[in-house]
Amino acid sequence: MASEATSGTTRRDFLYVATGAVGAVGVGAAVWPLIDQMNPDASVRALASIEFDLAPVGVGESFTITWRGQPIFVRHRTEAEIAEARAVPMEDLKDPATDLERVVEGKEQWLIMIGICTHLGCVPLGQKPSDAKGDYNGWFCPCHGSHYDIAGRIRKGPAPLNLVLPPIEFLSDTIVKVG
Amino acid sequence: MSGNSSYNPTGAVEKWFDERLPILRFSKEHLMDFPTPKNINYWWTFGAVLAFILVIQIVTGIVLAMHYVPNSELAFNSVEAIRRDVNYGRIIQGTHAVGASMFFAAVYIHIFRGLYYGSYKAPREILWILGVVIFVLMMATAFMGYVLPWGQMSFWAATVITNIFAAIPVIGDPILALLRGGFAVDNATLNRFFSLHYLLPFIIAAVVGLHIWALHVPGNNNPVGVEVKSSHDTLPFHPYFTMKDLFVIVVVLIPFAWFVFFAPDILGHPDNYIPADPLLTPPHIVPEWYFLPFYAILRAIDFDMWFISSKLGGVIFFGGSILVLFFVPWLDRSKVRSGNFRPLFRPFFWLFVLNFLMLTYLGAQVAEGIYVLLSKVGTAYYFAYFLIILPIISRVERPAPLPASISESVLGKAEASGEKGQ
Repeated sequence: MASEATSGTTRRDFLYVATGAVGAVGVGAAVWPLIDQMNPDASVRALASIEFDLAPVGVGESFTITWRGQPIFVRHRTEAEIAEARAVPMEDLKDPATDLERVVEGKEQWLIMIGICTHLGCVPLGQKPSDAKGDYNGWFCPCHGSHYDIAGRIRKGPAPLNLVLPPIEFLSDTIVKVG
Repeated sequence: MSGNSSYNPTGAVEKWFDERLPILRFSKEHLMDFPTPKNINYWWTFGAVLAFILVIQIVTGIVLAMHYVPNSELAFNSVEAIRRDVNYGRIIQGTHAVGASMFFAAVYIHIFRGLYYGSYKAPREILWILGVVIFVLMMATAFMGYVLPWGQMSFWAATVITNIFAAIPVIGDPILALLRGGFAVDNATLNRFFSLHYLLPFIIAAVVGLHIWALHVPGNNNPVGVEVKSSHDTLPFHPYFTMKDLFVIVVVLIPFAWFVFFAPDILGHPDNYIPADPLLTPPHIVPEWYFLPFYAILRAIDFDMWFISSKLGGVIFFGGSILVLFFVPWLDRSKVRSGNFRPLFRPFFWLFVLNFLMLTYLGAQVAEGIYVLLSKVGTAYYFAYFLIILPIISRVERPAPLPASISESVLGKAEASGEKGQ
């Protein structure tokens, strides 16, 4: 026993490390559920997609729907607004994206975005006719002063990115599925 | 401080008890006889004020939890019911809400006292670091408590502050979902905030225990910053400082009671009396007053730096403004503790205090025009004070001569030496 102890690694050392390793895995496995319970639960995840009829939204009007507890901005853009969005040169944009990249082809009048400022998560103004629309005729976040243009692209202020586009699919001419 | 044991158990029962659990000995040594520098001024009483307010917050909080409902549908009305229906609920809820403001007012005084008198310097670094830990825990507790009434400001504060974590590259979004328990702030968020808001004060109390333990190893700093040299420099904590602390607690209770009885909502934002609406952001989001300086720093970074976006940059400076406090003991290299003997340090310190007040003001203003520029200047000075000014002046400054002892600083040289001769 004494000679074994002085000759470096022993059977006992191995058992010691192996026991410790199994213990660590066990502790990790026990702790993980306690952390993962904080993630979105099954009822939240189940509300992943909704369908919406665009027909009542007239040209030049906006509408807000709720998806996953978040506001979805729907805007029926006028020809002039689409032309304005297309005319913006790419070098003026902080997060470059063409107007076509932000809408479904053939449905360019429908701009559908998650209405949450990419800075710290406020809901920008601009959906109501009486709202401030910012310096670029789109949306304006009152919290920290981010200005978005009529394609929902960030133009000025602390927000780093354009308003995020949700996954959408046109089920018919006017029925759209979000999520 | 060892060797200050004056406890002699009287009688067989006390002696028997002392040999098994020396809690009376401990109390006598640390709560009554603890040798305290006799020159400490009123700025030193705020530690006791803070301990007192912590107890008030825990007691009123436990009572409020008996009536509050942490559910997004019911929370707002349950707080209103506490204020209108529960017996004395108006006063208990008011005390808890105003108590949070009083807590921060006292902690800022306590922190600035430490910064001025160099209370963070060796051998009190751990004491200081534990204090910063308590400050961080207080901010987390206050933030989550503010969310519980589930008004508009509650909801949007929760949204904006949890969103700060989304700025962390790669793991930001999973962390955000983990914190909120959903794709947006919702019932799950409210529930966990209630759970943690109940837990954290007890963790604060535990760290306060460590803070006082770390204080009782070297003993108190004092206004001249010279260590205690003999028993002539100290007085027992009780009754000299227990009475002084009690007096200040009574003085603090005057504005405290005024707010509770006459203006319980004046320190809050009126928008928090609008129930939370996830689809409508209030036109102007402001945090509670005690977070305003840090909020101003968060908003001051509205420009990209190299590969760091303005959003991440704001978060880095926001976090950094608190993290830098942990390193103050090693940034200020001056051997002289007290600002009283540091002629070069003093103007920069008072400028730092003014700058902090300016940031508080700016945090409440809209983020445009001159306010943005001033926020940037204020943020720059905040960091420059710790990272540039303190290290440099501690090298170039010629401090004023220090008194030989605390006794000498109080009594003058002749009397102090006479006292020694006795």
